[in-house]
Amino acid sequence: MSEQTDPRAEIISAYAATAAMPDDTGHFPTDDTLFGGRFMPEALMAVLKEVTEAYETSKTDPAFHREFADLLLHYANRPSLLTEARNLSRRAGARILLKREDLNHTGSHKINNVLGQALLAKRMGKTRVIAETGAGQHGVATATAAALLGLDCVVYMGAEDTKRQALNVARMRMLGAEVVPVAIGSQTLKDAINEALRDWVASADTTYYLLGTAAGPHPFPAMVRDFARVIGVEARRQTLEATGALPDAVCACIGGGSNAIGVFHAFLPDESVRLYGFEAGGSGLATGLHASSITGGSVGVLHGTRTFLLQDEYGQTKESHSISAGLDYPAVGPEHAYLHATGRAIYEPVDDREAMDAFRVLCQTEGIIPAIESAHAIAGALRIAPRLAEELGREPVIVVNLSGRGDKDMHTAAGYFGFEGGDL
Amino acid sequence: MNRLQDVLKNARAENRAVLIGYLPAGYPSVEGSIDAMRAMVEGGCDIIEVGLPYSDPAMDGPVIQAAADQALAHGVSTPDVIRAAGAVADTGAAALIMSYWNPIEHYGVDRFAAELAAVGGSGVITPDLIPEEAGPWIAATDAHDLGRVFLVAPSSSAERIALTAEACTGFVYAGAVMGVTGAREQVGHAAQELVARTKEATGQAVCVGLGVSTGEQAAEIAGYADGVIVGSAFVRRLLDNRDPRKGVDAVRELAAELADGVRRGSKAR
Repeated sequence: MSEQTDPRAEIISAYAATAAMPDDTGHFPTDDTLFGGRFMPEALMAVLKEVTEAYETSKTDPAFHREFADLLLHYANRPSLLTEARNLSRRAGARILLKREDLNHTGSHKINNVLGQALLAKRMGKTRVIAETGAGQHGVATATAAALLGLDCVVYMGAEDTKRQALNVARMRMLGAEVVPVAIGSQTLKDAINEALRDWVASADTTYYLLGTAAGPHPFPAMVRDFARVIGVEARRQTLEATGALPDAVCACIGGGSNAIGVFHAFLPDESVRLYGFEAGGSGLATGLHASSITGGSVGVLHGTRTFLLQDEYGQTKESHSISAGLDYPAVGPEHAYLHATGRAIYEPVDDREAMDAFRVLCQTEGIIPAIESAHAIAGALRIAPRLAEELGREPVIVVNLSGRGDKDMHTAAGYFGFEGGDL
Repeated sequence: MNRLQDVLKNARAENRAVLIGYLPAGYPSVEGSIDAMRAMVEGGCDIIEVGLPYSDPAMDGPVIQAAADQALAHGVSTPDVIRAAGAVADTGAAALIMSYWNPIEHYGVDRFAAELAAVGGSGVITPDLIPEEAGPWIAATDAHDLGRVFLVAPSSSAERIALTAEACTGFVYAGAVMGVTGAREQVGHAAQELVARTKEATGQAVCVGLGVSTGEQAAEIAGYADGVIVGSAFVRRLLDNRDPRKGVDAVRELAAELADGVRRGSKAR
């Protein structure tokens, strides 16, 4: 009985599970493409090896397992709820279950990965962490973990994003982090990553780069996934408890793809479960102003990994566009590229308008204000519900990963819906 | 035989280090960058690194970023960069392209190598490609007799230095400091130590880059390395001189100062 009642067991098994991919060399190979890998300067190879060794050791280290699980349970508020969205379900014609990562401490799924990596950084003897952030959720989570664990923290953020997400900038500074606005290139997430890499190559002795998404060079795609994997493990159990069966589909939004791989991974062996990733369609794929790397991009290398990205005919990265700062990234984690290429997961774009419609619908039917990022997943679920109902001949069960809460987006939403001027 | 190897061999026969200068193609314009590269050769550079401007230069400091950004804003393309390398080769110097990996992969590794070889280019430096990821690239550069230059760093283990040097043809690029490109007041002991460690692993030439900007620094490095690589200091000359002709003159003067330093330093070996 005691084993069964140890609340840490589920978190530990989610993290410690072994996966077939990536392979020993850090690749996700398909018949014609080696996704993933390690496209980084030699100067970073030593620290990447150090990170890889720390990560691999932690996978089988009971002391690390306990520490990580205790933080997720007693600090981050795991397990997160699976909420049956009854009003939204009626509207959608599907039974919709919301995985409530918005209820985690700091307000998004990012805290799972951040606590894990910050613990690793401590174990590696690093005294300083650096991070990139788009919407600010990863930056806030990193600043939070750094405050808790006594690490110095610098967060790089595109200057454009510091304007869009001023609340999160204030939160990070309140937590003691230094926020560095990056005013070069497109001034968004990709440029923040470039600047963090420039810092790291000069500071790797003392500094850990706490990457916020399941992308970058090996081992980050695997490691970030493993720290976020608990989302899907819980959602799978909770769906079985609530419905007596596996869901028909799991939906998530995709920027770099950490919340999506976190909720997908435990379902990969369940062939009946369709996995849907919704990319930011921006103004629409046809306009060229979007962040749909898989559906609107091509294979290439960016930020250390081979994946799908937005690029021109000469391999120059194209700027991405989305109303959601957290999805405004011109590439995607390599495991999503792999899942797309193998057909195991389906990726579709959701444009700004559809996402904002879904944003309002969720607010007003369920009393839940989602992050605009997560609203893309809600919109996707509303889109596929009738398709699935027709295909299955019954009401489908859809799990949607509600990756974050929308407080940070109120300024954007108020502007979008014309609520400005005290009319809110 | 590849001209890069000739240049290195001749310098070795003269018991001196080579001077390698970097400029991004397309800044201030494609023609302007070609003029500046010719001036580098006139000033005494043996080898020119023609930079391929990239949208995400995560290993470059602000000086090279600024020039590359402007070159891209003016629409510089991969064929322009290859053409610039051809113009450098026409001077008799060895022309290398320095590029982040994605533009080469996206252009097609064999196409890139073939077109560079066709204009007389001698090789390619790939700062974010490690030999383990370079299978098709190694095949393409071998097929077209191009030099293949990977980097070693102060943080590299002996094992990685050996593996990297083994994969290089031409020379090994020793990144002297842990950090991005840009002029530094001191290049320091890390460079000398790295060169010594690399030379233990390979008989190939070892050239030192990252941070060199003066004749004095060039002399110091030429005392122990087979080549001195200078980038940001040249770019700085172009950025600081709005009048392109003055910029080209400033580049030529710097090349002469550095070439003099290299010769002085080589004698002190």
